[in-house]
Amino acid sequence: MPSFSHFFDTLFSSSDVFIRAMLLTLELTVVSILVGIFIGLLFALLKISNIKILAWISDTYVFLVRGTPLIVQIFILYFGISNLFLLPDFWAASLALAFHNGAYISEILRGTIQSIDKGQMEAGRSLGMSNSLTLRRIILPQAFRRALPPLGNQFIIGLKDSSLAAFISMNELFNVATTLGSNNFDEMTYLLIVAVYYLILVAFLTIIVNLFEKKLSISDR
Amino acid sequence: MEQKEMIRIRNLNKSYGNLHVLKDIDMKVLDSDVVCLIGPSGSGKSTLLRCLNYLEKKDSGQILIEGTEINPGTHDINKIREKVGMVFQHFYLFPHMTVLENVIEAPTHVKKVPKSQAIEEAKTLLAKVGLSDKADVYPSKLSGGQKQRVAIARALAMKPDILLFDEPTSALDPELVGEVLATMKELALEGMTMVVVTHEMSFAREVGDWIVFMHNGRVVESGPPKEFFTNPKEERTKEFLQTTVF
Repeated sequence: MPSFSHFFDTLFSSSDVFIRAMLLTLELTVVSILVGIFIGLLFALLKISNIKILAWISDTYVFLVRGTPLIVQIFILYFGISNLFLLPDFWAASLALAFHNGAYISEILRGTIQSIDKGQMEAGRSLGMSNSLTLRRIILPQAFRRALPPLGNQFIIGLKDSSLAAFISMNELFNVATTLGSNNFDEMTYLLIVAVYYLILVAFLTIIVNLFEKKLSISDR
Repeated sequence: MEQKEMIRIRNLNKSYGNLHVLKDIDMKVLDSDVVCLIGPSGSGKSTLLRCLNYLEKKDSGQILIEGTEINPGTHDINKIREKVGMVFQHFYLFPHMTVLENVIEAPTHVKKVPKSQAIEEAKTLLAKVGLSDKADVYPSKLSGGQKQRVAIARALAMKPDILLFDEPTSALDPELVGEVLATMKELALEGMTMVVVTHEMSFAREVGDWIVFMHNGRVVESGPPKEFFTNPKEERTKEFLQTTVF
């Protein structure tokens, strides 16, 4: 184990490199979460549509993503798709992460959409609102609110999963930590440092999710 | 003056699997009338009401709204629902919106009424149901009776020709029933055409223009309240009225 003074010396001296890596990790995470929410919502809606083939497509997607390791998905996108057309590393990593997160997010959203009392849909419809208008104005806002705790959880998992992008040579946090560690023959110090950066990011994400929850729970008070 | 036929039902049938819940229902509702559907639980009265709003699909028979036969295939059901409002037993207010937002939601998004005008109209309606001071409150802050009055205002905001009530007071504490019934009575006096599924016999007797008694999916007896309550003809009606508290 490194001594405290050595740990802090290294923490400060390496901060430039790590902060750059942290920004990349943050970018990967934000893009994959935003695209993941979009994909997740799309597949959740396919799943709850009363059209069998669409529900089946959604089921298949969730099965494939949940059934294979994320690292395999990243490699497939990186080595496979990049051969077909030019896909920048950043996008190969972000899209693989988004594709992966999307499956879990779609299950979260499907569950919360279905948990909204069906009377809410009936009330909207009885006022002359169309199915899609009621979904958009009445059901989804309530479902999203209910989904926030599990979504926050998934965002944190997504943030940490972005470390796997190191394996396709993205210079994000984990890659920087292992590279610096082996270059300096000091793995443990850099791994502890990177853990600190991840904790900071997770704390930041947690605060944002909590703020959202607070803002949306205004109707309970 | 001849009253216009607002709703006409002919030979309506509806089954859930093997359960035949509505059997050859014939019924009519005249303009400005209050028709009360009464009967024991499971007699099909709520299902019948929901068929009028197409929340349930009929199996066979005809439903005519204001003289026109309506079918989901040939008519835009959303347009029909603008004319036929509904008030539910469990209110179903939108919990993420304030009372005022609940009331203006459909007018602004379905009828595209300008927001300022919708707010004006909503405030008038809230005053009418006695809830002007609750406009900016969320539904979770309201009592059951207040929620139901907001639900009535919300339905009225679409300016329907007909209002359907599905056991509007059944989910309320006894002391809150009166305020909702008073609001409904006021509407009736203003000439709103109403179909009310209810267990409130004194309301049916006092406010109803026509009583329809259902049992086992059939209309057993119907008539004006005076005759119906004092001189029922069918044996089943007599039994029901004897066991019912007024």
